[in-house]
Amino acid sequence: MPDTAADGNKRGARSARPAQRRPLLAWLGVSPFFLFTLLFMFLPAGFLVVGSFLDQEGQPTLQNYADLTTPIVANAYANSIEISAITAIGGGLFGFLLAASVILGGLPPFMRNALMTFSGVASNFAGVPLALAFIYTLGNLGFLTAFINNTFATDIGQAGFSLYSKVGLEIVYMYFQFPLMVLIIAPALDGLKRDWREAAENMGATGFQYWRYVAFPILLPSLMGAVILLFGNAFGAQATAFQLTGGTIPIASIVIGAQIRGDVLHNTGLGFAMAMGMVVIMAMAITGYSLLQRRSERWLK
Amino acid sequence: MSFLTLTGVQKHFGAFTAVEDFTLEAEKGEFVSFLGPSGCGKTTTLRMIAGFELPSAGRIVINDVDITHRSPNQRNVGMVFQSYALFPNMTVAENIGFGLKVRKRPKEQVQKRVGELLELIHLPDRAGRYPYQLSGGQQQRVALARALAFEPQVLLLDEPLSALDAKIRVSLRNEIRAIQRQLGITTVYVTHDQEEALSLSDRVVVMNEGRIEQIGTPFEIYNFPTTAFVASFVGTLNVLAASVVDAASGRLSVDGQEIRAASVSAPNGSKVSVALRPEIVTIGGEGDGNRLSGKIEDVTFLGSIVRIRVKVGEGAGRLSFDTFNNPSLILPKIGDTLALTFPPEACLLLDAAAEIPALSIDADEA
Repeated sequence: MPDTAADGNKRGARSARPAQRRPLLAWLGVSPFFLFTLLFMFLPAGFLVVGSFLDQEGQPTLQNYADLTTPIVANAYANSIEISAITAIGGGLFGFLLAASVILGGLPPFMRNALMTFSGVASNFAGVPLALAFIYTLGNLGFLTAFINNTFATDIGQAGFSLYSKVGLEIVYMYFQFPLMVLIIAPALDGLKRDWREAAENMGATGFQYWRYVAFPILLPSLMGAVILLFGNAFGAQATAFQLTGGTIPIASIVIGAQIRGDVLHNTGLGFAMAMGMVVIMAMAITGYSLLQRRSERWLK
Repeated sequence: MSFLTLTGVQKHFGAFTAVEDFTLEAEKGEFVSFLGPSGCGKTTTLRMIAGFELPSAGRIVINDVDITHRSPNQRNVGMVFQSYALFPNMTVAENIGFGLKVRKRPKEQVQKRVGELLELIHLPDRAGRYPYQLSGGQQQRVALARALAFEPQVLLLDEPLSALDAKIRVSLRNEIRAIQRQLGITTVYVTHDQEEALSLSDRVVVMNEGRIEQIGTPFEIYNFPTTAFVASFVGTLNVLAASVVDAASGRLSVDGQEIRAASVSAPNGSKVSVALRPEIVTIGGEGDGNRLSGKIEDVTFLGSIVRIRVKVGEGAGRLSFDTFNNPSLILPKIGDTLALTFPPEACLLLDAAAEIPALSIDADEA
């Protein structure tokens, strides 16, 4: 017997009933998340916004935002942006080449597993332990420094290298930047279909032409998005830099700490305004990442 | 003079033999289908023609040029993929023009050719769309245009319609055939759909377990299968158990009822299987034809046709056949005895040991 519209409606009503109940449970399930974000994101953010418009006496002011252009603050932002950009591009390039070699290069599957496991661990290895690990390895008395000194009779310090410089900090950041790139870009590389390469070859394209016209443009939104995310990752880092350099390299996150925690630079309102600046930059990075990711997902769907 | 020649082509993956001694000669402009179940080696053979797989042995020649060891981008062979494989970052026009672009043809020439092909596939207004903005059928037409744009010597199609719904499949396959005839391009089409292969092809290559079972026109393949596999895989079959009464005169016994076959090579008294196409069986009928009677087991009304299943004797098997519906038709009843007729030349004699019931009508219905 053929289905009638009435039958269909009845079925629809039956199947709709449990669906109406489920959202309540679902909302209950996600409520801890909302509570968490309210307590540890929105409330502190609100506190920041309000605090950034107050002076040391608690009176409303715009001076904190005007002070963002002072040399100390501008220099801190410039350092943060420079270090973040260099490590995002460097880590992004290295991570991409590494992931591409392992995923597309026809290496044995265990290589992929090994790389992904390492990347999962290394991308989360930051802060004090990472800084100490590098100090013990490449610091003035680090074992690698000593090894180079003893084996090749070369003092890397005298040769101009210092782990406690901007370059040293960038090297340390690279340790968690490139594994993060591997983790982010691997799904995009997996999304490159074998048929695309074969179709390109079939139509006469060389390997270079395939990468130039097909693979690279398809990956570009993902690559750019990942680099933006890496930028944000480095931009927000504080503990690693503080532990490594003790604040001798003024980056935004360290200067904010100095303004808020209080020493010579103590100015809570300015610290809050600087933090707001970082929020804006991070928001721009996340928005850029989302837009590029959306485009990439539409293509790879 | 053949245009595309495969001679003794083999492909081994380790100890596994995917294609075994494949030899075929296709004329210029011929439409050849590779038909067979999954894993029979048809796609592997196609991929060897395209250059994506290197044969373990044998030669592939196109227009007197040995291309066996040429890389895929040096073969001038167009291919349409099952998954369409359109480049998602390019518009329809850019996809179609890709083969010409990488050949560094002038822009005007590329634009002109793209325009011609968009007309050919009836999508002139979709040039600026991206693949994700097209339906499956439209995407496959673009894939076809893209494969034809650089004027390849041979067109390869790897199950191009299998991802589409039935209605679009039929209209698109007619379109593919019309375009192929119009361009006169030698075409190899891989499919596991027998209806597609029979309706499209000049010749069909039926494959099984890496080997060619039979090469012939659709008429030959369907009506004169040379192996039990071809008989069972192409079309549907009724299989009845019989014994040879007199080989010289072609007399057989089906559960005590005598019938005749056009030719019987098995010795008298031996067991054989008689295969009958369902469309050859008619109800009642007079004359010199074979006559078998049996009890109706099932009557299924299917709209335009009525499918009837009759049990012939106790151990001989069942005959399923269709009869056209009409308003004055009196449907036979289950349990009635029905007399069926068919001509002796319609009886395909198979070795009794041939394992084919899995593809007979009875099995299909189960």
